[in-house]
Amino acid sequence: MDLNILSWIIWLPIIGIIAIFLIPRDKGNIVKIVAAVATGLQLWMVIVLWVQFDSSYVGFQFEQKVNWIPSFNIQYYLGVDGLSLPMVLLTALLSFLGIFVSWKTEKAIKGYFALFLLLDAGMAGVFLSLDFFLFYVFWEVMLLPMYFLIGIWGGPQREYAAIKFFLYTLFGSVLMLIAMLALYFACGRTFDMVHMMATAPTQLAGIMWWGFDALKVIWILLFITFAIKVPIFPFHTWLPLAHVEAPTAVSVILAGVLLKMGTYGMLRISYPMLPDGAVWFAGALAVLAMINIIWGALCALAQTDLKKLIAYSSINHMGYVLLGMAAVVAAGAKYDSNLIAAQAGMNGAVLQMFNHGTITAMLFILVGVIYDRAHHRNIDGFGGLGVRMPIYAGIVALAFFAGLGLPGLSGFISEAMCFIGAFPVYRAIVIASTLGILLNASYFLWAFQRIFMGKLNKKYADLPEINSREIFTLVPLGTLVVILGIYPAPVLNVMKSTLAHLIEIVQSSHLLTLY
Amino acid sequence: MNNFQSLRLFVPEFVILGTVIVAIIADLCYSNRKSYRVSYWVLAGLILAWLALWLSSPEQVTSLFLNSLALDPFSRIFKFVILLATIIVVLMSLRTEELANVRIGEYFALMTVMVLGLFLMTSSVDLIMIYLSIEVVSIVSFILAGYLKVQVRSNEASLKYVIYGAFSSGIMLYGLSLLFGLTGTTKLFEIRDAISSLGGEGNLTLTVATIFIMAGFGYKISAVPFHFWTPDVYEGAPTPITAYLSVAPKAAGFALLIRFFNSLFGVGEALNTTVWQTLEGLPWQHLIAAISAITMILGNLAAIQQSNIKRLLAYSSIAHAGYILMGIPVLSHQGIYGIIFYIVVYLFMQLGAFFVVIIISNKYKTELIKEYSGIGFKSPFLGILMALFMFSLTGIPPTAGFIGKFYLFAALIDGGPQFYWLAMVGVINSVISLYYYMRVVKVMFFEGESQSEFYLPSKLTTSLLLALGIPTILFGVYWSPIAKWVHNSLTFFVARM
Repeated sequence: MDLNILSWIIWLPIIGIIAIFLIPRDKGNIVKIVAAVATGLQLWMVIVLWVQFDSSYVGFQFEQKVNWIPSFNIQYYLGVDGLSLPMVLLTALLSFLGIFVSWKTEKAIKGYFALFLLLDAGMAGVFLSLDFFLFYVFWEVMLLPMYFLIGIWGGPQREYAAIKFFLYTLFGSVLMLIAMLALYFACGRTFDMVHMMATAPTQLAGIMWWGFDALKVIWILLFITFAIKVPIFPFHTWLPLAHVEAPTAVSVILAGVLLKMGTYGMLRISYPMLPDGAVWFAGALAVLAMINIIWGALCALAQTDLKKLIAYSSINHMGYVLLGMAAVVAAGAKYDSNLIAAQAGMNGAVLQMFNHGTITAMLFILVGVIYDRAHHRNIDGFGGLGVRMPIYAGIVALAFFAGLGLPGLSGFISEAMCFIGAFPVYRAIVIASTLGILLNASYFLWAFQRIFMGKLNKKYADLPEINSREIFTLVPLGTLVVILGIYPAPVLNVMKSTLAHLIEIVQSSHLLTLY
Repeated sequence: MNNFQSLRLFVPEFVILGTVIVAIIADLCYSNRKSYRVSYWVLAGLILAWLALWLSSPEQVTSLFLNSLALDPFSRIFKFVILLATIIVVLMSLRTEELANVRIGEYFALMTVMVLGLFLMTSSVDLIMIYLSIEVVSIVSFILAGYLKVQVRSNEASLKYVIYGAFSSGIMLYGLSLLFGLTGTTKLFEIRDAISSLGGEGNLTLTVATIFIMAGFGYKISAVPFHFWTPDVYEGAPTPITAYLSVAPKAAGFALLIRFFNSLFGVGEALNTTVWQTLEGLPWQHLIAAISAITMILGNLAAIQQSNIKRLLAYSSIAHAGYILMGIPVLSHQGIYGIIFYIVVYLFMQLGAFFVVIIISNKYKTELIKEYSGIGFKSPFLGILMALFMFSLTGIPPTAGFIGKFYLFAALIDGGPQFYWLAMVGVINSVISLYYYMRVVKVMFFEGESQSEFYLPSKLTTSLLLALGIPTILFGVYWSPIAKWVHNSLTFFVARM
């Protein structure tokens, strides 16, 4: 079978793993170079993919379809569209940078980089699969390296963090397994997502289980799966712990890519397969979004550990994504088919997914930089570092401002789009959520002030400045943050037609006319 | 088929019988130190039996010895599973140090007797035959569990096993006698016809008889509430025997259970239709569903507490009996398909886990999980394999264990909303089981990082471990061959009266 470009993107890291296993134990540097080459090639291929991608085409491109297990109608089916392409780019970019972030790893180097590449392959697989079974396999395969990466190379509470992460996500996954099987049998025994999207809405209509609509039951099962991943309140408790205990590069991947899988899953599976469920649940989703925004911000405000602060800021930022997604109902009759709002919300949500990926990656890398030097992350334990590390302070300022949504940086545009989209539908919720922005600014600025302003803490009088390797990992992200803040069109153009089609699917829900 | 005609189709069993005799004679010829060489004869015999089974017609569907044994693809696949498990366990027995200083010749002879009993179990369609085959297996297991005569815990295991065994086969025998009293025959298919002609009369007696008979089956597959012997026996028995007990008799027990309930309570040609019906007023599938749920929950919750790896695997094997039972209540081919598939993959992962336990106990002299610390770094090979088997037992892709569970859940979902609750219980239990399986992995990889010595098992051990490990991952990625094989095995013998 011929591997197409998407297959190469998934399997390159696996080839890297095999190569790593063949390298002797004492050749740590070669292992790192192999990992860098594998992810570098992957990134290059994704860029090629991006260039060749036809953004006006609705539907999937670069498809590859091979029978895998014919007796159960399972296929190896890959494809890419405007929703998955930005996510794949994010995956490849952060994996590549992650290799350099973890360059100083000393413990069991072979194992670390092999697992990191496996994680990379799993993530790429999740975003590129169009067969539900394949999607599920990649979704789970990702958990294994994550568990070991946190558990072996993590901080002091790593064991607890690792198992908690694993238990939470596995709980979500098994619910998805049930939902997946229910959809499989309802859609005429196929895991082909494109086929499922076409048939599921009609096949599930009117089926009742124990007095509940089947589609609502399936929606809830899938929602819990994805909510744990996002994470949506009250399923968020694994996140701060896992982020804090994980090594820097793994935190970057965790916040930068893994959280996006939750919202990606909703947009890829729940929305098109269960549009009625999406409409039915939109109000609740908006409320949960508001809780995420405000709760995440309040928790971040209370933290003394810088990494935990950023972890909670992720909860806050993912709230904007949810708010934008809930805005899809604006396309319904009750809101005069306000397509512009629906599009603003959906495009804003996906753009925010991408932007949060880059911003939070920067933030975690920056925390890693200071932690490597000071060996702690206590916000109050620094002070006046701006004098000692001006370049570092500058980059942190950029990342913090991007995080708090300063106009001119990428975070602002996507957050604003989410709010604009949701406003016609959920006026009160949007107004309350803007409070989150305020809190956002307070915790970022307050943290910045405590770390970099004031008198220089004597203990850190000769803290070395950020080095060139670290700057190298931050420059691509910083560039994206600035460019997309001024000119977001390149990313928006890619996703526009896919999301317009998704809105049409949701519009076809009969619930939307009743609303 | 009458007795003489049957002999021709009984070749694999004859080969095993011959092997038993050869093994006993060979045992007499070897000195104490060399008695392990009996295993070579036994291995040769088992491989010969494998060939005989291989050469037998895969599509043959008939009954032997005047309707007391069924010969069909369904029993054939179980016989392969049993033979494979036995061959692996014989090889494992040669690698363990527990058995290094005992005269071991008769051990192998006894295992071969057990194979014969298990073969009969998979194909019995007569009450007497069912009872006899179960007893052959049980009595041999009692001896094998207590084989380490000087060890107290091995003796305890054997005694507990005998007591529970006697008790449950007594109850079962009572159930069988009720069945006989109600219908006047010992042949399952005649009983089925007699029951349907009763037309609902005697349903209470039938229910009681079913529950009593379930005690016998439940004991063999270690389902709650007949599981109490499992942890103690598993802990005390020599580890290869523990591994064997957790796979082969369990597989045969499931074969017997499926055949019994299908033949007896399925209406019409139940076994060969996609969905069977049950007798009205006798919803035995709900009884099985309840046992399945309780078995899973109890097995998993109890496993969390264990500190000894053998006990942990014992409780986990109870939980797995619960998962496998999930395939029965939906009364469909899909369900049975799931069960057989699960048993095939379970063989690899369960025996694999036990084999790692044996090698670790040889090398590091411990069976306590907390003393496994750092093994993942001291011997990455053992560590990675153990992690693989643990992941597979949990049911995480891309391992074979996941595919096994996947088919079972698929059967449940396909069966309609009636048993969705059981699927939910099943998946939640998978999550619970993750906790204790990962505890083993955690101790091996996250604790004690002394890199002092680097241990790689001998070549033979390594290759046997790989022979168990590779299928565990391979069948998680590409399982079409097994799927096809299992699919072709779903033909049963059904007597028309």
